[in-house]
Amino acid sequence: MMVTRPLHTLPKLCSQSPQNGSSGSKVLVHFVNQSGMKSSVFVTEGESLLDAVIKKNLDISGFGACEGTLACSTCHLIFEESVYDKLEQTVDEEIDMLDLAYGLTKTSRLGCQVTVNCWMDGMTVCVPQEIKDQRGKQEAQSSK
Amino acid sequence: MDIVGVLVLLLVCVFTAADGWRGLSSASSPRVCVVGGGPAGFYTAQQLLKARQDALVDIYERLPVPFGLVRFGVAPDHPEVKNVINTFTQTAHHERCSFHGNVNVGRDVSVEELRQAYHAVVLSNGAEANRPMGIPGENLSGVFAAKDFVGWYNGIPANKELCPDLSCETAVILGQGNVALDVARILLSPLDMLKATDITQHALNALAGSGVRRVLIVGRRGPLQIACTIKELRELGNLPNTRPELLLGDLEGIEETLKDLPRPRKRLTELLLKAVNGGDNKAEKSWSFRFCRSPVEVLAGADGKRAAGIRLALNKLEGSGENVRAVPTDQLEDVNCGLIISSIGYKSILIDPAVPFDPRRSVVPNDMGRVQDAPGLYCSGWVKRGPTGVIATTMNDSFDTAHVILQDMESGLLDLSIKKPGAQAISGLLQTRGVRTVLFSEWEKINAEEERRGKPHGKPREKLLDVEEMLQIAWSSRIMDILTFLVLLLVCVFTAADGVRTVLFSEWEKINAEEERRGKPHGKPREKLLDVEEMLQIGWS
Ligand SMILES: Cc1cc2nc3c(=O)[nH]c(=O)nc-3n(C[C@H](O)[C@H](O)[C@H](O)COP(=O)(O)OP(=O)(O)OC[C@H]3O[C@@H](n4cnc5c(N)ncnc54)[C@H](O)[C@@H]3O)c2cc1C
Ligand code: FES
Repeated sequence: MMVTRPLHTLPKLCSQSPQNGSSGSKVLVHFVNQSGMKSSVFVTEGESLLDAVIKKNLDISGFGACEGTLACSTCHLIFEESVYDKLEQTVDEEIDMLDLAYGLTKTSRLGCQVTVNCWMDGMTVCVPQEIKDQRGKQEAQSSK
Repeated sequence: MDIVGVLVLLLVCVFTAADGWRGLSSASSPRVCVVGGGPAGFYTAQQLLKARQDALVDIYERLPVPFGLVRFGVAPDHPEVKNVINTFTQTAHHERCSFHGNVNVGRDVSVEELRQAYHAVVLSNGAEANRPMGIPGENLSGVFAAKDFVGWYNGIPANKELCPDLSCETAVILGQGNVALDVARILLSPLDMLKATDITQHALNALAGSGVRRVLIVGRRGPLQIACTIKELRELGNLPNTRPELLLGDLEGIEETLKDLPRPRKRLTELLLKAVNGGDNKAEKSWSFRFCRSPVEVLAGADGKRAAGIRLALNKLEGSGENVRAVPTDQLEDVNCGLIISSIGYKSILIDPAVPFDPRRSVVPNDMGRVQDAPGLYCSGWVKRGPTGVIATTMNDSFDTAHVILQDMESGLLDLSIKKPGAQAISGLLQTRGVRTVLFSEWEKINAEEERRGKPHGKPREKLLDVEEMLQIAWSSRIMDILTFLVLLLVCVFTAADGVRTVLFSEWEKINAEEERRGKPHGKPREKLLDVEEMLQIGWS
C-alpha cells in the first residue's frame, strides 16, 4: 500500500540557484552518509530523495529497503532546521514509521516521502551516524 | 567458438559446484561464514562485501529457501515489507557471496568446523523457538504458539499440518506485541484482503470457514506498556466490519500522562484512546485489548481434551513508565474461548553445544557482536539482541556487527595471514556426510515454481510446504542443466570431429531471403530451392 502525498504547492522559485537557474529542474542536494562521507548531486525536481539515492547510486548502506512503500524507515534522513520547517506536512503513516527509526531527531523525515523542489537547492541531508565504536573514522568526518 | 563457449560454461559449472572456483581465484582473501539466511545474515554479508573488496562470504541456511522471517514471519498482507527480498537477492548474486541452503549448522556441520574453515563465523540464526506459557492446560488442543500459528499461514514446512479449529466465536491472544496484532488481523480480515497475498491456500480455506468474531488481546501490563508499534495498531483499527471493544475504565487517567510521554509512546496511546471512542456499531466482528492480566490455566471443555476457556489472574502494576512490573493479585477471571494463541515471544535456541549461550535471556552473550570468549565468532540479529525489533533494527544491528568484524580484520585481531579454505573444505565435509546443498540459483527454481503456482489464483506465489518437494524442484532441474550441457558438448565435439557443419537459424534466413527474391519476378511468395548443396552454399556464404 503506497501512501501518495499531494504534490508540492509551493511556487517554483529557483532563486537560490542562479548557477543552474537556466535548467530550473536540477536541484543541488548534499547527502552525508552513515560514515560522514558527503556526496553532492543534482536531483531532478519532483523526484523523491529515495529516487535520487538510487539513481545516483549513492553509497548509503541499506537505504530504502521497502522501496518507498512506507514500510521500513531505512530511508530516514535528517534535515537542516530551516529546510525542515518548510517541508510539506508529514502524514500519520510516515510518523508511524519515523517513530521506529534509528537515531530519530526533531528534523527527521523519510527520504521516500520528501519530493525535491527547487527551493531546496543547496540543502544538506544526513543519514544518522553509525555506532560510536568507530571513533577514529568518525572524528575525521564530523564536519557536517 | 561455440565449442569453447560450452566448454567454458561446463568448466564453470563443474568448478562452482565443487566450489573450487573461488578457491583458485583468491587464495588469501578474508573468508567469512554467516550462519542463517535471514535479514541479519544478508545484511551482515552485504556490509562485509561492500566494505572489503577482497572478502568472500558464504551463507549457510538450514532450509532450502532463504530470507528467514521475511518469508515465514512477516504477515502475508504486508507485501511491501517483503521488498527487502530484492536487496537480499542482489547480495546473494554478488560474485563474492554464495548461498548454501539445506545445511543445518550444529547438525550437518559444527560451528567449530566452520571456525576452522573461515577467518570469521557470524551466528545469525534468529530466534526459532517459542517462549512457553508454563501453565497447566497449555497442551490442550485449541492452544497454539503464535510461532506455529504464523508458520501455518505463512507456510513453514514444520507447521503445515497444524489445522487449527476456527469454529469458535472468541479467540484469545496472549501478548500485545506486533506478532499478536498480526495474528489478530489475520483472524479478523475479510477474506478479500488476504486472497491475493502469499498466504498458504490451506490457511485461506480454513479462514473462509472461520467462526471467529471476537479477538481479545491480553497483556500482563497496562495500556502504557503495550509492545506493538503504531502501524500495526492503526491497521487493526482500520479493519472493515470490525470494531474495537475497549473498556473505557482500562484507559482511565491516561490522558493526563500523555504530555510526558516520548513521541512514539504518546502517539500509540492517543490512537488507543481514539479507538475507545470510535468504531462502527454495526460491525460484526471486534477486537479488544485486555490489560493487567496473566494466564494462569487453560480450562478444558467437557471432553477434557479441548480448550474451552482461559483463567487469567488480574495484576497490579508497580513502578512507572516502561519499567512497570506486573504483580499478580489473587483475583481471577475466566474467559470462554475456543482458540488460544500464546504470543509472548520468540526465543533463540542453542544450535551447537560449543557456542556460548545465555539460557536466561536466550541469546548468544556478546559484546557489540563479538561472542564472549570465542575469538573469530560473532553474532547479529535476533540471536544477538533478542527477538524484538523490526527489520530496520535488525539491519542496523547487523551493520554494527559487520563493522566490528571489519575492525578486527584491520587491527589484526583476526589473523588474515593464515590461509583458510572456506566453502571448499565445508563442501567436502558435507559431501562425505551425504548433505547436498541448495544453491541460490536452485532456490530461484523453487521461487519460479511457487510464482507459477500462485498465478492462477492471483497470488504472488503459492509457497511450497514440503521440504522434499522443494529439494526435488531445486535439484531435478540442476541435473537437467548439466545433462543438457553434456549433450550439447557431445554434439559439438562429435559434429566437429565428423566434419559436420550445422546451419544456424540466421543462416536459414539467408536461404529464406534468397527464395523470396527468386519468387518475386513470378509473383510468388517464394521459389523454393531444391538442391541441398545450393542451400548450404547460400546459408554459409
Ligand atoms: C511473526 C513476525 C512478523 C514480523 N513482521 C515484521 C514486519 O511486518 N516488519 C518488520 O520490519 N519486521 C517484522 N518482523 C521482525 C523481523 O522479521 C526480524 O527483525 C528479522 O527477521 C530478524 O532477523 P534474523 O535474521 O535475526 O532472524 P530470522 O529472520 O529468524 O533468520 C534466521 C535464519 O537462520 C536460519 N537458521 C536457524 N537455525 C539455523 C541453523 N542451525 N543452521 C543454519 N541456519 C539456521 C533460519 O532458518 C532463518 O532463515 C516480524 C517478526 C515476526 C516473528
Ligand atoms: S523506503 Fe521504506 S519507508 Fe522509505
